[in-house]
Amino acid sequence: MKHKSDLTQGGWLNLNNPRVRSVVYQILIILGVVWAVATIAGNVVANLEARGIATGFRFLGERAGFGVSQALIDYSSNSTYSRVFFVGLLNTLLVSAMGIVAATFLGLFVGLGRLTPNWLVRKICMVYIEIFRNVPVLLQIFFWYYAVLQTLPRPNQSITLFGDLFFINVRGAYAPRPVLESGIGILTTLLILAIIAVIALTIWARRRKRDTGEEFPVFWASLGILVGTMTVGYIATGQPLVFDIPELRGFSFDGGMRLRPELLALWVALTVYTSTFIAEIFRSGIQSVSHGQSEAARALSLTERQRMKLVVLPQALRVIVPPLTSQYLNLTKNSSLAVAIGYPDLVSVFQGTALNQTGQAIEIVGMTMAVYLIISLLVSAFMNWFNKRVALVER
Amino acid sequence: MTTNENTEYTGPAVEIKGMNKWYGDFHVLKDINLEVGRGERIVICGPSGSGKSTLIRCINRLEEHQEGDIIVDGIPLLNDLKKIHAIRKEVGMVFQHFNLFPHLTVLENCTLAPIWVKKMPKKEAEAIGMKYLERVKIPEQAQKFPGQLSGGQQQRVAIARSLCMSPRIMLFDEPTSALDPEMISEVLDVMVELAREGRTMLCVTHEMGFAKKVADRVIFMDGGDIVEQNEPNEFFNNPQEERTQLFLSQILGH
Amino acid sequence: MAFTPTPARQAPPTEIGVLGWLHKNLFSSIPNAILTLIAAYISIQGLYWIISWAFINADWVGTSRDDCTSDGACWVFVSVRINQFIYGFYPPVARWRPNLTFALLVGFLIWLAVPQIPYKKLGAILSLTAFPVVAYFLLYGGAFGLPVVPTSRWGGLMLTIVIAVIGIVLAMPIGIALALGRRSDMPAVRLVCTIFIEFWRGVPLITILFMASVMLPLFFSEGVSIDRLVRALIGITLFQSAYMAEVVRGGLQALGKGQYEAADALGLSYWQKMNLVVLPQALKIMIPGIVNTTISLWKDTSLVVIIGLLEVLGQVRQALADPNWLGYPAEGYIFAALTFWVFCFSMSRFSQYLERRLDTGHRN
Repeated sequence: MKHKSDLTQGGWLNLNNPRVRSVVYQILIILGVVWAVATIAGNVVANLEARGIATGFRFLGERAGFGVSQALIDYSSNSTYSRVFFVGLLNTLLVSAMGIVAATFLGLFVGLGRLTPNWLVRKICMVYIEIFRNVPVLLQIFFWYYAVLQTLPRPNQSITLFGDLFFINVRGAYAPRPVLESGIGILTTLLILAIIAVIALTIWARRRKRDTGEEFPVFWASLGILVGTMTVGYIATGQPLVFDIPELRGFSFDGGMRLRPELLALWVALTVYTSTFIAEIFRSGIQSVSHGQSEAARALSLTERQRMKLVVLPQALRVIVPPLTSQYLNLTKNSSLAVAIGYPDLVSVFQGTALNQTGQAIEIVGMTMAVYLIISLLVSAFMNWFNKRVALVER
Repeated sequence: MTTNENTEYTGPAVEIKGMNKWYGDFHVLKDINLEVGRGERIVICGPSGSGKSTLIRCINRLEEHQEGDIIVDGIPLLNDLKKIHAIRKEVGMVFQHFNLFPHLTVLENCTLAPIWVKKMPKKEAEAIGMKYLERVKIPEQAQKFPGQLSGGQQQRVAIARSLCMSPRIMLFDEPTSALDPEMISEVLDVMVELAREGRTMLCVTHEMGFAKKVADRVIFMDGGDIVEQNEPNEFFNNPQEERTQLFLSQILGH
Repeated sequence: MAFTPTPARQAPPTEIGVLGWLHKNLFSSIPNAILTLIAAYISIQGLYWIISWAFINADWVGTSRDDCTSDGACWVFVSVRINQFIYGFYPPVARWRPNLTFALLVGFLIWLAVPQIPYKKLGAILSLTAFPVVAYFLLYGGAFGLPVVPTSRWGGLMLTIVIAVIGIVLAMPIGIALALGRRSDMPAVRLVCTIFIEFWRGVPLITILFMASVMLPLFFSEGVSIDRLVRALIGITLFQSAYMAEVVRGGLQALGKGQYEAADALGLSYWQKMNLVVLPQALKIMIPGIVNTTISLWKDTSLVVIIGLLEVLGQVRQALADPNWLGYPAEGYIFAALTFWVFCFSMSRFSQYLERRLDTGHRN
């Protein structure tokens, strides 16, 4: 007798048959979900009709009519709402990327500080972590924006750094902006060639190490190649890259690159807040590699660098990367708090201003959520791939 | 058919007919036919991956078989929660890793199933629990937590825990494999005593001394097949199959 | 010749005592010593600056900004408004009501958290049944002669606590149900729970709060109006339950398969297995995770300021906008930060203490 997926065993609809029971439960659940979704959808349609709001994505093609303080792509108040969406999205990605890079370095730095033999450094790092981890990031954003950046001096009394190259004042931070001139094409080509040379060198050195056992100072040689090529190329092509230095004209600065205080406050707050979590991730990741592993490496007379590179880090990274990526994701989601200080990110300009003007709540909130969901899905896809790749073969 | 009628049941304790099981594509058990008589003590041995654990785990539905019939104590093992429940009440199981509940005391481990499955009053369940803890010779540990006991003691608690349900059939899944050598004998002593009381037992174990002492029948499995079965004297002294001889020489050779 | 054991000698001074400690922890090598000196210089400078600003040169007493004359912090800003920061616009004569509610809450927490106090089950049942009813009538009123205080007048720390406690209490059972669902062997149940969990975890809380305040009214049939606080609570609960579900799932996964099998083999039903064997163990494993989630929720309550609910941070911001008190953002935000910090820090210490206690407890 074969009873693979036999639903009729013990009579039709015998609820004691676990398979029948499971099918019945699942049908009930699906019916419940469908009913809930249908009810909500029905109410939404009725409510929107009552308020005279037309549904659909036609509004995306309409003129937005408002200005955005920071846009990475061409934007004017004549642009459409779809343009607003992309401006906001790019601003979100910009501050997230800046935050991720800075928080990783700061977190690594503090995390290693927690592991040094120096007691004072360890304590300072611990205090830093305990202070900034336990205060809401929104509050930190407000603090940096209103209590620090808004109290900075006016432009004509700017704080200057490195001579007269960098300026900080209440209107933001100013830095020299690279300006490209003719001949940059050749320089770029040279850079690409140098990078290819470095890659080739690395592969060659690895092969040599494998075949002959001899090592080659890849790092220093690569540095030499890159710096040498770029210096020679820079002079030979007639210095095609110059810097436009910000300059005080009247009451404001001209030229250079400007980081608006909103972006600056958001960047600093996200970086500081996330770095505390990242520091703890690095610390526990490195500590998770058991002491025995380090002892075994020392007993094999590996140097400290080799011990780190060949034994500790490969094992620690398996522990570090999954929570690290989820911190990156958190930072990206927290960047939506930009709305509180008016940095024009996706939530602020699209779900905020655009929603207020058009009233297309369903479409706009849906699109905004979809963006974050897609980012989350991409990150978790990466995480699954990574976990599969590094999973130890264990019983 | 409910459980109560089965106290009168005198047919074979377990009947397995043409049973097949797969894990995905992997054929673990192939056309198994086995009849276990009432009160019969059976030892099942074989190399790891031979399907011996899976076989006894099918008997109380920890694993689901795909083809064939299993009848336990007169109850056909079907896709029916009531039947599965009835069978589990009649069948006790002892695991390789004890699987005691670490958040409950030793006595609470013993009384959990009598109280919640048999709906017994707490006092009565505790009396039964103490009775069986005495049988396995650790009544003084009743108020401790499993984590405070040695492996051998934990396994004896696990045996007492199953006995508290007064099972008509006992399954042992490599009960001594996870134990330190000096603790094996204390568990085996308890098992020998149980065997002498005439309860139906199916033991997956490599303890050949135990098999010689108490088994009515030894079954050798390999690759999902029952290769050979015989009463212990014949099995050990005169194995028929080449595969069995090789296996016996490997485990008895040292 | 008889063997005489070598007498123990004292360790060299570089190993023991104050000198030993200094040598090992601060001056073990020259780079390390330089690092120590730099770090000491920076931290002393920083501490000096902070202490002189916040304490020595600060103004503590007074009634208006004219009392802030020194160049340090103006804590007068905080002290004149402390009641607003704690109670929002709750009528001053009725402030005993939130006070009593939170005294009861603290009482129940102590009852449940201190191991020496007996009748834990009774405490748990009372705190989940009787307490919410009492708290509702105390805070909102409308019965027993207590006048109604509409939620629009709630605010400050009181509102923070209300949101956090309700959020966590509601998220717990929903989270457990979602986690069990996600581990179910029924594909449809698993799918529904997984989508639900991943959806709420994937979007920022701020968009959820926006959704709750803008879209939620659209979801109900016309005429149903929902209190703004309730809308925020719905959003926060859904968000929080998804995170809670992942904590619970982690706890369930930490439990070996053997526990499930042993329970099955003894003939326990699904719910008996869950209630008697699985959840008691899993919940214990989860406690640190639950506390961590609570800390996140505590910090996240500050986000409701964006949809116009004035909890601590909101009250501080409102006070900062007062034209009579312009120019004290640092004092205001530092006070708000300290309020959050005290709660979060003590919760995280409590969770570490629990982790240690559970770790040394009976293990399998």
